[in-house]
Amino acid sequence: MKGIFENILIFLIGDAQAERMVPPTGFTVRLTVFAAAAMAFLATMALAFSMATGRLADKWTSELSRSSTIRIASSTQQAIAQRDAVLGVLATTPGVESYRVIDTEEQRQLLAPWFGQEIDLELLPVPTLIEIVERPGGFDAENLQFRLAAEAPAAVFDTHRRWRAPLVNAANRLKILGWVALALIIASLAVMVTLAAQSALAANHQVISVMRLIGARDGYIAQAFVRRFTIRGLIGAVIGVCLGLLALALMPSAGGVAGFLTGLAPTGWGWLFPVWIPIVTGIIAFLATRRAANRLLRSLP
Amino acid sequence: MIEFQGVSYTYGGSSLLDEVSFALPQGSFHFLTGPSGSGKTTLIKLCYAALRASAGQIRVFGKDAATLDRDGVAFLRRNVGVVHQDCQFLDHLSVAENIALPTVVSGQAGARSVGNLQDLLNWVGLAEVANSFPPEISGGERQRAALARALINAPDIILADEPTGNIDWEMAQRLLKLLIELNKMGKTVLIATHDMALIRAAKTQVQSRVLRIQAKQVWLAGADL
Repeated sequence: MKGIFENILIFLIGDAQAERMVPPTGFTVRLTVFAAAAMAFLATMALAFSMATGRLADKWTSELSRSSTIRIASSTQQAIAQRDAVLGVLATTPGVESYRVIDTEEQRQLLAPWFGQEIDLELLPVPTLIEIVERPGGFDAENLQFRLAAEAPAAVFDTHRRWRAPLVNAANRLKILGWVALALIIASLAVMVTLAAQSALAANHQVISVMRLIGARDGYIAQAFVRRFTIRGLIGAVIGVCLGLLALALMPSAGGVAGFLTGLAPTGWGWLFPVWIPIVTGIIAFLATRRAANRLLRSLP
Repeated sequence: MIEFQGVSYTYGGSSLLDEVSFALPQGSFHFLTGPSGSGKTTLIKLCYAALRASAGQIRVFGKDAATLDRDGVAFLRRNVGVVHQDCQFLDHLSVAENIALPTVVSGQAGARSVGNLQDLLNWVGLAEVANSFPPEISGGERQRAALARALINAPDIILADEPTGNIDWEMAQRLLKLLIELNKMGKTVLIATHDMALIRAAKTQVQSRVLRIQAKQVWLAGADL
């Protein structure tokens, strides 16, 4: 392990004289930095997308899976009796953490988007709604269904499963899609850095030939190029990640009603997640350049 | 120093050298001559393992060149100074930096090599253009810079492939004089050239021998040269 760290340290410190042999400028510099920056930017976006969809799926799963609703649609007289029966059943149901009857004011707020604030609930056949929050272990929904059918036949038990499942499914698919996109971006990054490295090495064919002629070992020549490209890739990736995070930070906030698109920005420690993108880019640049350099060197006498 | 034993070289199905045998003893001065395309450059490249023989054995410093791995070839080239007609440099480095390159790649760059570099620059007459860049200097200066680069590691063998091909007669004489001085210091020198005037000029200053490539073979030329 110590040897690996020593090698990494030696690599990072570099050999200033060997570095001087690689021409410092040229289109390949801009090409590598730009390719790494662009790909790191896209990778940051894809990562934020995956994390956001993950959060969304978790939110939908955790918030909705533990809640269910009982709806009592009947006349006022029956509704009260049925409601009391339901509350009696819930009070004796294991696994129920809490339950509450949605009051008139809350019902008014729920209906306000469609009927306005001035709605008179006395004129509408609004059902009585009871919200149930279950304990982490949950309750036996089938048993509860049977008991409600026996003691409050007008009560309709809704676990939300019917409409929640497709949403959670969709969020999970989006999350997978995000990871696939991230994997493809990283693969594209590897291809682009490899092409940039090959292009740079081809452009420096004469430099490499001269170095071989004067007795430079393959490892010495390769390291001069590999270090230069790894650092260029790292710089490009850091620029790309910073721009990506800046773009995410500047996304308009929708406050408490933040939707999917406005909630793309990472939260808390999530801002540190993209740190691995430059590291991966550096590793890719290192491996790609080393492979390209070794291949070119093997073709020289 | 360099010994060819039954060396053949074939490229693309056609034979360039066929069972060539000769030896260059330490401290000798040889010219290699022959018509264009006869294989002079090929033979020079075989000497520093830029090409591998198709058959036979080439021994340099007593080692079989065919058995050298890539690092072995690199180490061999540190002890063999090579000067080409189209001498290549790193254009982004100064003349002095280019000349010092072999000491850098062999890990010998230091105060002593800086002293050697100054001496070398003075000796080849390039002190004034030391900080210029290769594209800024003349053909003759480039040839002398290439020679200086070939000498910076104090190699025992100097191989020069048409070193006077791109320079005028006066400059060619000057370069020849430098190579003769090196030979007098004990270096083994092999110059590939088709310039008979250069060979004749050398004959008056140093005890040299001429190898002629003809019909894929290397012959020791007669005293008529």
